[in-house]
Amino acid sequence: MNNLKQNITSIVQKTAIALLVVTSVSGSALAAGGSIEGAPEPAHIDWSWAGVFGTFDRAQLQRGYQVYKEVCANCHAMDLVKFRNLSEPGGPEFSEAAVKALAAEYEIEDGPDAEGEMFMRPREPKDAMPAPFDNNNAAAASNGGALPPDLSLIAKARGHFSFKDMFMGRDGLTGGSNYIYNLLMGYEEDVPEYILAHDEHTNKLGKEADPDFTEEHFELGDSSFNNFYEGYKIAMSQPLDDDSVEYTDGTAATLAQQAEDVSSFLIWAAEPKMEIRKSIGIKVLLYLIILAGLMYAVKRRIWENVRH
Amino acid sequence: MSGHSTYVPKSDAGKWLEERLPIISLMHSAAVSMPNPRNLNYWWVFGGIAMFMLIVQIVTGIILAMHYTPHADMAFNSVEHIMRDVNWGWLLRYTHANGASMFFVAVYIHILRGMYYGSYKAPREVLWLLGMLIYLLMMATGFMGYVLPWGQMSFWGATVITNFFEVVPFIGDDIRTLLWGGFAVDNPTLNRFFSLHYLLPFVILGVVVLHIWALHVPGSNNPLGIEPKTKQDTMSFHPYFTMKDLYAIVLFAIILFYFVFFNPNFMGHPDNYIPANSLVTPAHIVPEWYYLPFYAIVRAIPDKALGVAGMFGAILIMFVVPWLDTSKVRSAKFRPAYRIFFWIFVVNGLLLGYLGQVNTTDDFLGIHGVTNLIISRIGTIYYFGFFVVILPVLGLIEKTKPLPNSISEAVLGVEGAAEEAAELAAAEAKA
Repeated sequence: MNNLKQNITSIVQKTAIALLVVTSVSGSALAAGGSIEGAPEPAHIDWSWAGVFGTFDRAQLQRGYQVYKEVCANCHAMDLVKFRNLSEPGGPEFSEAAVKALAAEYEIEDGPDAEGEMFMRPREPKDAMPAPFDNNNAAAASNGGALPPDLSLIAKARGHFSFKDMFMGRDGLTGGSNYIYNLLMGYEEDVPEYILAHDEHTNKLGKEADPDFTEEHFELGDSSFNNFYEGYKIAMSQPLDDDSVEYTDGTAATLAQQAEDVSSFLIWAAEPKMEIRKSIGIKVLLYLIILAGLMYAVKRRIWENVRH
Repeated sequence: MSGHSTYVPKSDAGKWLEERLPIISLMHSAAVSMPNPRNLNYWWVFGGIAMFMLIVQIVTGIILAMHYTPHADMAFNSVEHIMRDVNWGWLLRYTHANGASMFFVAVYIHILRGMYYGSYKAPREVLWLLGMLIYLLMMATGFMGYVLPWGQMSFWGATVITNFFEVVPFIGDDIRTLLWGGFAVDNPTLNRFFSLHYLLPFVILGVVVLHIWALHVPGSNNPLGIEPKTKQDTMSFHPYFTMKDLYAIVLFAIILFYFVFFNPNFMGHPDNYIPANSLVTPAHIVPEWYYLPFYAIVRAIPDKALGVAGMFGAILIMFVVPWLDTSKVRSAKFRPAYRIFFWIFVVNGLLLGYLGQVNTTDDFLGIHGVTNLIISRIGTIYYFGFFVVILPVLGLIEKTKPLPNSISEAVLGVEGAAEEAAELAAAEAKA
């Protein structure tokens, strides 16, 4: 009888642990959203910076900056990133001279001067990236009413920080970069077959249940179709295509290449201290593991002569 | 604190101070000479870990407050200023944010340990009540801290939680207006939350001192749940338990810093990296993980007022556990039936935590026709049933196992305990 009770307790204990794992994993799986049958699977890129020891590829960040500058920056602001960040360690690491030149391409209002007048001057490394519009209303008005979000933190504000990434030893940021990558790759000129099939199926079921059922069809309207955007309709028209930019380092500017480069760049923009965080983290954890070993040895030594 | 101090000041300065303010002997009795049951297992280290986390939170928090701006227009960017421009700011903020979660992890384990081994039973009811007060204060502090970055989840979480107070009869509206400092969550809300978020940790610290004081009068409970009777049942707190606690704290710090350095945003929500916007409601408003079981309870109850009462009741009912549990036996080690209900309670808590963050109308784990709402209701019934039915009734009908004579006998065997007693007596005679 006692054995039975112990068995039951042990089963309950094990279930508790199993449930903890299942709920957390399925929690993130559900968070990723269920998609319609036949929809393409989002890609998972093997990011250079994703592992415990992962670092950014400087050339990739520099190319990513080029994509941002020549394409994204036409509509999106990036207020929290300053030109000086581009030369700081752990980022694209442009030379200071290069950053000065990049900043000077844009002007900024400064002042008031001694006469009380505001004046324009070239941007300096201390200044933020230029915003394409004067304010949010102007930005929305120029984009059919949809405000292009600031890109400083977009990589951390999208995607999910998942359990799977944690167990794989990856940085939890990969959800954001995969989201951006898939979004940039996910445009379709026409509404794809799987959406039409889904509509047809739903309407058929609806008709069977109720003859007066009003058929519903996917309407794109002024939006563009994107396989990986929630609801499939996105206000931003396809921003990148093959050869949208001409890379200065000679890399072939395929759509996939540009999408990967700019996604990495946006991760850096959202988390500029990632490299130092990881490199210090390894030392801190090693230190703590050794310290724990020493602590355990001391504890053992103290308890050695104690009957227990 | 009660006097088991063996401290005798050696220096003249020490004697001088001892006669005027016996603070050193007070600390000596609390952390050095206090007799502790010799059989404490590793579940007893979480009090020390929670204390360590409180200090981590206060130290990082004070420095963060030097760089943070509590204004609706500037709070979000000031947090990003900390992340980008303040020296080691990212480390401070990530440690503080993950530290809050790990503080709750430690405290939840600490509470559940108390429930498993019956640590709340006489004469430790006041110790338990003070602990529950700390937990309640932590809930308030954690909630207000989450509002400070002024992201979308901060803003909408604050809106949802403060709206709960609306259901209080007669004065609900006034309470809500007082919390808001106006007629919606806005800059005055942020200001008062910041002020209180800075204040409450020190209130917690004060209650922790009382909690430790209340621990010292009856002494620690132990896995057997029987009181120490003789000297050989206990060992001095230092060096035996200080060293054990320090070792455990370092192990816990490894987990904390794994998150800080390698997955710092795991316990946060992506939407909180979007600045607060009162015109755009997020698709799913989810509170911090440590509130999720209670959030599941509020959503499980169909009536709003009853739901809010249920949510607060779920926390407040923990205060009266010492009087709900009728069993004379403390430790679940000797309560085979209680042990099963206890583990179901733990599983149920995890389940409610999961249910707190999913859509109530969706199917539970994809099981067709069984919605999350139904499971939430079952979970809520078990949660309250555990306290108001199982605890009182089980104590009356459960057939418990026989208790050992003493701690030392249980740990060392009858002969070992006698040997230990003889040795202690010899040592005393020598002295």
